[in-house]
Amino acid sequence: MTDSAATTTAPASAPTIKPKVSSEDWIMRAVLVGIALYLIVSILLPLYAILSKSFKDVDGAFVGVANYAKFFSTPALFWSIQNSLTVTLICCVIVVPVAFLYAYALTRTCMPFKGFFKGVALIPILMPSLLPAIALVYLFGNQGLIKSWLFGYEIYGPIGIVMGESFYVFPHVLTILLISMANSDARLYEASTALGASRIKTFFTVTLPSVRYGLVSAFFVCFTLVITDFGVPKVVGGKYNVLATDIYKQVIGRQDFEMGAVVSMVLLLPAVLAFAADRVVQRKQVALLSARAVPFQPQRNPATDGLMFAFCGVVGFILISILGVAAFASFAKFWPYDLSLVLNHYNFDLMDGGGWDSYFNSIELAAWTAVIGTALVFTGAYLVEKSNGFLAGRAGLQLLCMVPMAVPGLVLGLAYVFFFNAPGNPLGFLYHTMPILVICTVTHFYTVAHLTAVTALKQMDAEFEAVSASLKVPFYRTFFRITVPVCLPAILDISMYLFVNAMTTVSAVVFLYSPDTSLASVAILNMDDAGDIAPAAAMGMMIVITAAAVRLLHAILTRGILARTQAWRKR
Amino acid sequence: MDGTGGGAYLRIRHLTKKFGDFVALRDVSLDVHEGEFVCFLGPSGCGKTTLLRAIAGLDIQTVGTIHQAGVDISSLPPSERDFGIVFQSYALFPNLTVARNVGYGLESQKMARAEIDKRVSELLGLVDLDDQRDKYPAQLSGGQQQRVALARALATSPGLLLLDEPLSALDAKVRVHLRQEIKQLQEKIGVTTIMVTHDQEEALAMADRIVVMNQGFIEQISTPNDVYAKPVSPFVAEFIGTTNFIDGVMTADGRISAAGVTIEAGGDNTAFTAGDKVTICVRPEDVLVTETADGRNGSFEVTVSDVEFLGSFHRCHVTPTRGNGTGFMADLSANHARNLRLEEGRTLNVLLPPAFVRVYASGETE
Ligand SMILES: Nc1ncnc2c1ncn2[C@@H]1O[C@H](COP(=O)(O)OP(=O)(O)OP(=O)(O)O)[C@@H](O)[C@H]1O
Ligand SMILES: [Mg+2]
Repeated sequence: MTDSAATTTAPASAPTIKPKVSSEDWIMRAVLVGIALYLIVSILLPLYAILSKSFKDVDGAFVGVANYAKFFSTPALFWSIQNSLTVTLICCVIVVPVAFLYAYALTRTCMPFKGFFKGVALIPILMPSLLPAIALVYLFGNQGLIKSWLFGYEIYGPIGIVMGESFYVFPHVLTILLISMANSDARLYEASTALGASRIKTFFTVTLPSVRYGLVSAFFVCFTLVITDFGVPKVVGGKYNVLATDIYKQVIGRQDFEMGAVVSMVLLLPAVLAFAADRVVQRKQVALLSARAVPFQPQRNPATDGLMFAFCGVVGFILISILGVAAFASFAKFWPYDLSLVLNHYNFDLMDGGGWDSYFNSIELAAWTAVIGTALVFTGAYLVEKSNGFLAGRAGLQLLCMVPMAVPGLVLGLAYVFFFNAPGNPLGFLYHTMPILVICTVTHFYTVAHLTAVTALKQMDAEFEAVSASLKVPFYRTFFRITVPVCLPAILDISMYLFVNAMTTVSAVVFLYSPDTSLASVAILNMDDAGDIAPAAAMGMMIVITAAAVRLLHAILTRGILARTQAWRKR
Repeated sequence: MDGTGGGAYLRIRHLTKKFGDFVALRDVSLDVHEGEFVCFLGPSGCGKTTLLRAIAGLDIQTVGTIHQAGVDISSLPPSERDFGIVFQSYALFPNLTVARNVGYGLESQKMARAEIDKRVSELLGLVDLDDQRDKYPAQLSGGQQQRVALARALATSPGLLLLDEPLSALDAKVRVHLRQEIKQLQEKIGVTTIMVTHDQEEALAMADRIVVMNQGFIEQISTPNDVYAKPVSPFVAEFIGTTNFIDGVMTADGRISAAGVTIEAGGDNTAFTAGDKVTICVRPEDVLVTETADGRNGSFEVTVSDVEFLGSFHRCHVTPTRGNGTGFMADLSANHARNLRLEEGRTLNVLLPPAFVRVYASGETE
């Protein structure tokens, strides 16, 4: 600048402006800190408790790495690491390609009945992972219908685990691949076709590279879900020990809490690594997406469409069969000798495991989790995304929100035992109550719900809050009048997700229920343990039906809301 | 404080805004008077929005003060300032009808329902949208949405209206129309208004004063006429309208030797001494082109090297016949071009009127 244009020069050391924090900002910060505290108490402190437990002996004296030394010098224990890794990797190798082809068929071909196949793929989500394992027992167990198909091998062991887990993780892996495929850019395909590339060549030069992050992400999710799952190996693991069942055995069977803590730490490690790697990859995938991508419209191709239809048909048949077998077994009078259909097995009050009460407890847990969890998660995500200043606090909460995803349910549940049951903990009164189950479940599924909320909030105009402030409208008014209505579909998604997961989860709550708060999923476990396998299947079906009903209700509600608000949502 | 406009409605002093290490605003000082319409004009990324957001309190400056109506608002949050704002995206609430959008700020003011309705109708009348009151924003055209946003911002009768590129999302025709409408509305209500734009035409047409910004600095604050006719720097001359830049050297008699000819410049050029390297600017439409010298002082002969037809006028590129090969542009009306039988290769006579020739120290051009 020429000096003629300069006005007076600034005072040499002008003070930095310190923005005044309005009373509304203080309210937001207080709530934000409150939610952060909730997460600290419900995840960080319990994790610390279990970590420190792994360095102590029965009497609570610090023993350094003695417990770990014992773990690694006991072959029966550390072989579980190898077992866990083996079945997990085999599952990944099977499920990721199958899910990839399935997703390809759904997004890139003109195969018929796509909607049906999409629905079928979601079947496993409605089940606790114990249930497909029980179905496998009915199919391939000692009295199984098609036992001979295993050529003399036993279902109890790695074969059963791989089959059950593959079924259980399929929809999760598929969902990730569907999203990553839906996002790819049609213009690349046009370019490739225009250049005369064959379908095969296009597949390798366009399709595969564009979903590579999705594939990696799918792999990590598959890995994490399988290695941390407890339901399948519990039922069909037999003598084949994996880390997840070891934790249970150490704690419930041998009452060796310290060793349970050690195994938990060993299980936590790969889960955390896979989670961290996945976050890195996800970030890249977001960057890869250009805002102006054009959605892809598949072209008819009878050969490919037919082939894919056959493939999806086989996969769909397997998915439906597993559900069908579980349903059938729950009604069959005396498998496999008397297959007449009866309702006896639904008479849960005659069995151990808590009877019908446990089912209603599960409903209660799921309802509370959905209501409280949704409110908590959405408010937290709103404050992270939309509050003013307080960058450190917002980043801190965002980070806290990601922690639950990295923690396997069993580890979380056991951590709660150590934390809430510790003498002197003022929160000890929660132990063995319904509230602790709710807290544990909300926290267990916090991350995915949070990410859903954040995505929805990010899609809103960034300036709504600024406009409201300029109009002197308090933020909470805009929150309830604008933010919540606009995000209602996402809010319903979150509550449905929390409800269904609270119904089906076993791992986190298996250490936390009391005789008064037994849950349906835990009842399945206990009935299966006691050999009451048909009632276990029946209870599993109750969960499936409930979860399906809730999903249906969710679909109806969502459709109703979208229809009613169509006038302002279309664009 | 320092003499400049003691009665300014908005007084901005030494504003600096840093994003980490990046300095988005550098020592910006500015006065806006009551009822004035001021445009912030500048290329993308020059800090216009940053300055506007600082005024609104949305991104408070790192250093510097802002007074509005005599009150120090430097550190106040947006909710404690007095302004209405229209964003480029309009940020209309999608789930509220037009009427409820406009009345949104009134509802929390403990106003009676009937009173709100009355005020909303009044505002909708003002922006000509009475018949759209029960529609949702998604059902409106871009221009209508823009006017709803404007009505909403004005509903609470703010003392200051802030507009961030309010017209840039609209197509050219609508833009020109709305430009006038906004200007008329502003004059009618008399609200002090600051508008951000990177469209010079918009700024020239609407503003009482233009603030030309470049890389976080204010280059010039002047009326549209002065910004155009008396740009204080080559940047401003270049950014607004079209300008010839010709490098030259100051001679002993105060004239400039450039493009191989000697050119006389008006204005006060005593800051330069003989031998200084300078750049002279002259707008193509100010270049006088005639068939022969006609005995005019300071004119010289040029050869036409290129003619562009630009609708209402012709732009020809000319090179002094006895020069060093450097050329420049001259604009001729269609009529004038016909009379001169303008065509490539033709020899004509050119005069750069001293009053329109501006001299800058060399090296100021980017
Ligand atoms: N939140 C931020 N963090 C870091 N840098 C920022 C931020 N906001 C703006 N900037 C930078 O400050 C500079 C000025 O930005 P600003 O948005 O004010 O530009 P502008 O003049 O409004 O441009 P445009 O015409 O493109 O809107 C840009 O270089 C921009 O990258
Ligand atoms: Mg801008």
